[in-house]
Amino acid sequence: MSAASDFVRTFFLTELLRGLKLTGRNLFKRKVTIQYPEEKAPQSPRFRGRHALRRYPNGEERCIACKLCEAVCPALAITIESEQREDGTRRTTRYDIDLFKCIYCGFCEESCPVDSIVETRVFEYHMEERGENIVNKQQLLAFGDDYEKQLAADRAMDAPYR
Amino acid sequence: MTDKAEASNPDLVTIEVDGVEMQAPKGSMIIEATDRQNVHVPRFCYHRKLSIAANCRMCLVDVEKAPKPLPACATPVADGMKISTRSERAVKAQKGVMEFLLINHPLDCPICDQGGECELQDLALGYGRGVSRFSERKRVVKDENLGPLSATEMTRCIHCTRCVRFLDEVAGQRELGGMGRGEHTEISTYVGLGVHSEMSGNVIDLCPVGALTSRPYRFTARAWEMLSHPGVAPHDCAGSNVQVHHVNGKIKRVVPRDNEDINECWISDRDRFAYQGIYSEDRLQRPRVKREGRWQECSWEEALEEAGRRMMQVVEAHGGSQLGALVSPAATLEEQYLAGKLMRALDSRNIDARLRTGDFSDQQTRPLYPALGVGISELESLDAVLLVGSNPRAEQPIINHRLRKAALRGASISFLNPRRHEFNYPVAEQLVADPQGMVRELAAVAGLLLERAGRTAPEGFQGLLGDGQPGQQATELAHRLADSGSGALLLGPYVEAHPQGAVLRALAGLVAELADVRFGTLSEGPNMAGAWLAGAVPHRQSGGQAEPAPGLDARGMLAEPLRGYLLLGVEPELDCWDGASAQAAMEQADVVVAVTPFVTAAMESYADVLLPAGSFGETSGTYVNAEGRWQSFPGVTRPQGEARPAWKVLRVLGNVLQLQGFEYQSSEDVLAEVRDAAGEPAADSTLPTWTAPVDVSVADKGLIRVGSVPLYATDGLVRRATALQATRQATEVKVLVSPAVAEQHDLAELDWVEVTQNEQTARMPVGLDESLPDHVVWVPVGVEGTAGLGAQFGTVTLKRV
Repeated sequence: MSAASDFVRTFFLTELLRGLKLTGRNLFKRKVTIQYPEEKAPQSPRFRGRHALRRYPNGEERCIACKLCEAVCPALAITIESEQREDGTRRTTRYDIDLFKCIYCGFCEESCPVDSIVETRVFEYHMEERGENIVNKQQLLAFGDDYEKQLAADRAMDAPYR
Repeated sequence: MTDKAEASNPDLVTIEVDGVEMQAPKGSMIIEATDRQNVHVPRFCYHRKLSIAANCRMCLVDVEKAPKPLPACATPVADGMKISTRSERAVKAQKGVMEFLLINHPLDCPICDQGGECELQDLALGYGRGVSRFSERKRVVKDENLGPLSATEMTRCIHCTRCVRFLDEVAGQRELGGMGRGEHTEISTYVGLGVHSEMSGNVIDLCPVGALTSRPYRFTARAWEMLSHPGVAPHDCAGSNVQVHHVNGKIKRVVPRDNEDINECWISDRDRFAYQGIYSEDRLQRPRVKREGRWQECSWEEALEEAGRRMMQVVEAHGGSQLGALVSPAATLEEQYLAGKLMRALDSRNIDARLRTGDFSDQQTRPLYPALGVGISELESLDAVLLVGSNPRAEQPIINHRLRKAALRGASISFLNPRRHEFNYPVAEQLVADPQGMVRELAAVAGLLLERAGRTAPEGFQGLLGDGQPGQQATELAHRLADSGSGALLLGPYVEAHPQGAVLRALAGLVAELADVRFGTLSEGPNMAGAWLAGAVPHRQSGGQAEPAPGLDARGMLAEPLRGYLLLGVEPELDCWDGASAQAAMEQADVVVAVTPFVTAAMESYADVLLPAGSFGETSGTYVNAEGRWQSFPGVTRPQGEARPAWKVLRVLGNVLQLQGFEYQSSEDVLAEVRDAAGEPAADSTLPTWTAPVDVSVADKGLIRVGSVPLYATDGLVRRATALQATRQATEVKVLVSPAVAEQHDLAELDWVEVTQNEQTARMPVGLDESLPDHVVWVPVGVEGTAGLGAQFGTVTLKRV
């Protein structure tokens, strides 16, 4: 670049004007910022939020204690203990997820042969006491019960691609 | 098969497998050659210890010039054979077989206990199709109840028949079979009888799929999450090698560890399922001290100081000779050694692990330790074996398996017992005699051999013979033993418990010498040999040197009660020769300190300090098995509650008592010290020396009690293993009488009978045994039902309840 053209450019402030042009364009463009928490971004049915354990429509828990989620979990966030239930089926006696350890990768959901452990669309939650980060089986099942309708709809929507 | 083919035919042929030349013994199968060269051929039904069935067809390989793929497990090698295990034709055949196998196999791997360690799952990954072409309905098979040990899921069965062959060929009880043909084949018991073999648990390991799984382990863990550590089974003198699987500090199952010299690839059900006892409710969780008649839980420090203080009180007031220690033969070498060291430091020689021994008079002349005298693996190559006072099937199932192999090879296995036992192989002779008769019969055998050798009878021998001529059986037996190329005479626990054990041992020594056969003892507990080497006997110091001033033996300590007792892993009322006097001795003692994993109601009544000790898998240590093999094992899990390994408890107790030389850092330090004392003890094959018998009369009036420890009552751990206690062998423990005695007392099978011995009574159901002599009552020992009774041999009366 020659010294002459540098001088002309500096003198006529072309770079400044080019910058202002971008600013001006964005000033009148449709805004992408949303007013969280009043407004929320759309979510995919594959969204990976807080975990839940699902039940069958007849109320029976789905989990069969195969421990594949525990084995696949890269963060070692899941702890399962199992035994034979009275009726002879294989069931968990303990199903804990440490939400601090969890990295929300979704491997547990993917490994589950019975669609029992799922990740809901819920991503807004907090803990107030030490220890609340570990959610147990009852909590996970209750959470699943609360969101079952949405969970079922999401699974149905995703089914053709699985 | 390999061994046989190799032994009978040392010729080698050259074959080519996948382009690699290799040598294989003539007559062996292709799969044996490939296995030896680490060339993997997929298989389900083939197992190196079982006969060849060739019914899964998974091992099809391509042999040059053969019109079709051939099964590698059933095709003998031939010189110049060119085999290809991975050619297109072989793989196509294998994939075809896999597709057929998967047609009827359910897709329930997530709930299957075999999942993760399943041979079918593994091979399906390599040979299965991603998507099934089979859209018809899958077959469903009804489950069978095989008893409390194995769970079944027969729909998963692929009919490899390994379980059928195992029970038939190894366990010797054909309890499973294949019913129906083709798609309708079902593996099932014969008319729902269940599986009752004492080795039945091995079918769980053998099953390549999840059709047979362990019932106690059912659904509690996954193969991949468990850690595995080596262990040694703590229930019999064989010392079977096991692998302990545990997760989160809890033992989930026990499986065999291959050791061709001891247990091959099998273990008995007792070794496999006894771990359940570790988690029984009887476990002592925290140290306890009795103050003013009430139990208080306290800290270890407090409990140990209390134990030390009370033991010192006895020693100071009455001298060390008023203190005695009863040590379990299931305690490790280290624990036994430390107990011995502790007692000797307190100036007491009263320590004994021979809790069920009836006669100690020959203890000075006995060998270094009660040894088997022959390697366990050598047993199967013997020609003639005489077992006196022994029922190895219940006592050492692994040794029984070796004897079975010998018997099937044509060896003559004979027994001299107070009762006829059932064996799973042809027995040449079963002599049945009452306790006195056992001496007579063995003397008759010795007499015949003396005659044959043209030797004069040693002093006092004639008196043992009785008036009758030697019977047909005894004569046969004597000749069999003397004519055998290689034979053995083994003494079992009845001889140990016999009130004239010394005479029997002397006679057995004489027979072994005259017949030129090996002599051995099948001792009780996993570490009786260790107890002798560690100095946990009153007449030997550690290393086996004679004690200049022997202390009281186990019977003596209880017959003349002492002021104080130290119990190491012992429940005296069940584990001692005379349970009643043991309990009485404990009750009257000033101080009883119990280092024990389990606490019983009786213990709570007589003990003063209870120190919780580690159980199986919770202690590192060493067992010396009957062959004299030192086998060390690590502690695998943390002991339950606040329990600690017993060697640590004894070590700190030594510190609390301010004794010298209790500064060990690990159980290896203790072991090293025992090693220093014992050196490398060579197998001591000294025969019992002949000593003229002193008194040969047994009270001959009324009914005589005899008995042994049932299969699932050998120690505290087994007695608390719930699954084992639910088996037929445990639930059907009965007092046995001959039909004549039953008639006399108006007893019928399964009536309840009250057995009275020295004014103590016990109640048990009764059973009939035609083999029992008419004045002998079989009363099992070591079980809850007969715990109140006295000595293992003695006179009893019966009354119907």
